[in-house]
Formats: sequence, C-alpha cells, structure tokens
Amino acid sequence: MNAATLFGLCGAALVGFGLYGLVTNPEPLRKILAFNLLGSGVFLVFGVVSRRAAASGLGGDPVPQAMVITAIVVAFAATAMAIALVLRLLQETGRSTLNADNSGGTNTDRGNS
Amino acid sequence: MPDANVLPDATTTDGALLVLAIVLPAAGVLLSFVLGGRYAERIASVLLPSGFILATIIFGDVWQSGHRLVYIVGDWKPPLGIALRADGLSAAMMVAMAIVICAVAIFAHADFGMRAGSVEARAPFAFWILLMAIWGAMNMVFLGGDLFTLYVAIELLTFAAVPLVCLDGRAETLQAALRYLLFALLGSILYLVGTALLYGSYATLDIVLLSRRVHAEPATLVAATLTTIGLFAKTALFPLHLWLPPAHAGAPAAASAVLSAVVVKGSFFIIVRLWFDVMPGLLGPVGAQLFGALGAAAIVFGSVVALRQQRLKLLIAYSTVAQIGYLFLMFPLALDTASAQLQGSGALTGGMLQAISHATAKAAMFMAAGLIYVVLGHDRIAELGGIARAIPMTIFAFALGGVSLIGLPPSGGFLAKWLLLEAAVATGQWWWAIVMLAGGLFTSGYMFIVLSSAVAPSGEPLKLRVAVPRYQEAAALTLALTSLLLGLVALGPIDILQVGRADSMMVGPR
Repeated sequence: MNAATLFGLCGAALVGFGLYGLVTNPEPLRKILAFNLLGSGVFLVFGVVSRRAAASGLGGDPVPQAMVITAIVVAFAATAMAIALVLRLLQETGRSTLNADNSGGTNTDRGNS
Repeated sequence: MPDANVLPDATTTDGALLVLAIVLPAAGVLLSFVLGGRYAERIASVLLPSGFILATIIFGDVWQSGHRLVYIVGDWKPPLGIALRADGLSAAMMVAMAIVICAVAIFAHADFGMRAGSVEARAPFAFWILLMAIWGAMNMVFLGGDLFTLYVAIELLTFAAVPLVCLDGRAETLQAALRYLLFALLGSILYLVGTALLYGSYATLDIVLLSRRVHAEPATLVAATLTTIGLFAKTALFPLHLWLPPAHAGAPAAASAVLSAVVVKGSFFIIVRLWFDVMPGLLGPVGAQLFGALGAAAIVFGSVVALRQQRLKLLIAYSTVAQIGYLFLMFPLALDTASAQLQGSGALTGGMLQAISHATAKAAMFMAAGLIYVVLGHDRIAELGGIARAIPMTIFAFALGGVSLIGLPPSGGFLAKWLLLEAAVATGQWWWAIVMLAGGLFTSGYMFIVLSSAVAPSGEPLKLRVAVPRYQEAAALTLALTSLLLGLVALGPIDILQVGRADSMMVGPR
C-alpha cells in the first residue's frame, strides 16, 4: 500500500464518520463538528487526487490544491455562520435544539410571539 | 454549422458582458458594505434594473446569433483556466430571474425601504445586500463553465439565502435557518466529494472538456450519485425537502418570494447542467425513471400535505415542494430510448419553462400572501372571508399565479406541462402523464380551498389593519401576469432554450 492509497482510505474513513455523525446526532453543535470532520475527509481526498496526478518532478498537481484552499475557506465560513445561528438560537430560546416543542413546524406565524 | 464543441473555446464578441453580469452584483454588495445600510437600497435600485437590461442584451445576443457567448477568464484556456459560457438555457434563466428579483425589489421597498433621515437598521441593510448577492450567485450558477465554479456559486447562493430566512430573528425562523443550513452543507460537501472524484478521474472539471472525456466507470458513477444527492438536498426534492416548508413559510414575504422562486432553481440548474451537458449518456433508463419517481412522489406528497394546511404561507411552501417534483419529470421524458442519452428536446424545454413559470407564479403568490398577512394580521385560510373585496388586485394576482401552477392556457405552466405531456405520449410513458394530470387536480384543489375562502362574504365587517401600497400589489400582479402570458413565448423565443446544445446541432438546422 503506498502513501496515496493510505491517505485516500483515511479520507474515506473520515467522510464515513462525519456523514454518520451529521445524520445521527440530534445536537446542532455536534452536527457542525461532524460536518467539519466530513469536510476534512474530503480535503484529504483532494490532497490524494493532487498527489496521484502529479507530473514527474512536481510534488503535486496544483489545481486540486487551489480548489481545496477555496473549499477550506467555504467550509470555514459555513461553520462560522452555523455557529452564529446556534448562538443566536441559544440567546433567544435558552436551548439549541432543532426540534420545536410543537412538532411539525406549525408555528410559523409571522407575528412577534 | 460552427459550434463550440467543434471549435476550440475562445472569447466571443460581447463575451465581456458575462463578466459584467457577475461583477456588477459583487460590486453592489461591496459598495453597500462600505457606504452602509442607508445607501444599500439606492445602490440596489440602480444595479438591479441594469442587471435586467444586461440579461436582456445577453438573451438577445444568444438568440440572434444562435451560438453561446463565451468568455475565457484572463485568457487562460480550460482545463487550466476558467470559462464563462452563456447558452440558451442560461440566457433564458438569467432574464427570468432578473424579472423576479426586480419585482421583489419593488415589493420590498415597503418592508425594507430606508426613508430619508431614518436611522440605519439591520434588517434592510442585510436584505438589500443579500438580494444582490443572490442575484450575483444565480448569474454565476448560470454562466459558470466548470463544476468547481458552480460549487463556489452554489455556496454563495446558500450563504445569501440562509440569512434571508431569519431576517426577523425570531426563534422559529432561526431554527428553520439552521436546519436549512445543515441540509445545504451536507449537500455541498457531497457535491464537493463528487467533483474531487471527477477531477481525479479526468483531470478537468470544465463542462465541455469533461463531457468529451467522461465514460461509465465506478468512480464516475459514484461521483455522479454523490453530486446529485447533494444537489437534491439543496433543491429540496422529496424526501430531502424537510427544511423547505418552515424556512420558506417563516421568512418575510419578500424573502420567501426570492427563496421559493429563485434560490431552489440554482441547484436545479446545476443538476440539469450535470446530466444534460456533462454526462448525458450516464443516467440511463433506470436512473431516469428513478428521478421521475422522486419527482412524482414530490408532486403527490407536496400536494396532499398542501391540501391539509391551515396557513396560507405553509400551503404555498408545500406547493413549492410539489412543483419542484414537476421539474424532475423531464429526466425520464428527455431520455432518448435508442441511444440512452438525455437529449435537449421538447421535454427539456418544458422542464425549463416549468422552472421559469413556477418562479414568476410562486413569487407573485408569496407576495400576495404577504399582503394578506399585512392586511389581516394572520394568514389562516379558514378566516380569509371578505379579503377579496378588501384587496381585489392581490387576490387576483394570487389566482393568476394559481392558474399557472394548475397549468391552464395560456399560462407558462400550461405550455410547460403540454410539452412534458407531449413527450410522455411520444415516448410511451403514460404513467408520467397520469402523475402530471393528478398533480394538476391537486393544485386546483388547494387553489380552490384558498380562493373560495377568500371570496366568501365575511360575517362581520373586515378589520383592515393597514392599507397596502398600490405598488406592492402591482409588483405581485405584474409577476402573475408574466407567468400567465409566458405561454405566448411558444410564438417567439422558445427556441432559444436549444441554443448551444450539441445534440440539437446534429439534428439539423433549427
């Protein structure tokens, strides 16, 4: 097994853990953490792609590296936004769960309650 | 006939317009940040109409020449560089979305307008910036020539759309926004895995280059599946629609209109790009039937739940879930059985027309619901009695929107469903025709419930909380009329949807 395959498998494992966490955890903060784990796995896959496609003499294909930098920035911004929403939700309700007490989202009246 | 698939990519004349279509909104967002909330509306009121004019010029160019407009950014050719391309689909969608966004901007002046000398408030500041950001992101979705640019565009769209859900900062809307964001993040990361795998297999993400290299192998199929599931989550296709109703129903009326009419079309457009342009031969009969089955399930589920809603905005939101289903019926209908390729035929035209007519009709309906809410102070369907007498223009707009959703002539919805039905009959897939007709019946059902309640006489004199400005009613009515008269494009520019499609070139002169 060469290094690229090993890293690829690591990336796949991280993606699996992250996906599992994102789907099964009810807590928003844990979901956000799981999203970041999933993201790290994907970034690792990008790294493997870059390494595998490397021409002779080059350490790696620069295009996936450029893409992964953009993707990291996007994931960072997304995490910041999700955290801000969770914090605001905590301020408003004292809890940070996704399940409304009255299930089914019937309470979407626009009036200020 | 010269075609971009034969000629190498090169910047065409007027290609710079494509850059302008992305740079203008971005400049507007930055300028609004610098100058502050008091100027945000003024900046938007200059830029949004110019964006509409720009979209019309691009539309005219593509239609007249019959070729796509291309701009190679920085003269770096793909695969290393990035190309912006406007084909018929992008040009038509750009114009439609510009119309909707301009109408929403007029409508939003009442809620988010900054009066002279007033204190800067956060909600208007955010709204105008987000509106311009959505416009820019949509243009990028339509023009982006490679899958990674589309990834960035769809992320920009999400980041602009999520705050719109919770503009008024109430707990339910924050929850709805958070749920929307989590769904969208899952969708975007799945899309990203797909692009990584595609790049790893073919060393390019450029749509034209990729469409020549792509072939059915395990990595490609996994990549296509992941990308598609991710985009399904963002488009809110059943069963990944859970986030949509609370998010769209809880947002302020102007924001709901943008979210329902514009934002979900972004990810849908990428699905179309992916399957029709990048890998038309990969979906196959089984995949196409699966897409259609999900769409049919969305139509039935969304309509049945919409029928049971007691609040108008939730009913309209569930109707969006159902109408999104129609968009996916075009996949089995566009599949050419002989070559197992997705073809840009009548079904594709019908599907895109459905997207456009739904956008205009649904924006009008959400605006009308917003006005009803303002007037009555609630949106309980059972207690709408007498409203048709109080604000007849609004109810008329709502009804016209419904006419397009049901698919009565001469509306855009009629032409769209006609083309889809025609394709269903031509390919012998009668089961999709049944779904479409049943969906029309369901839609008539919930429109009837709302309208019969709205025109019913009220037991007691209706207490109007405020008078709604006439221009808000006019904005809703204009969009509804646009949707109603969209069917008339059959007489004119409907051919544009086929411009730049490789297979239409092979069929012969248009």
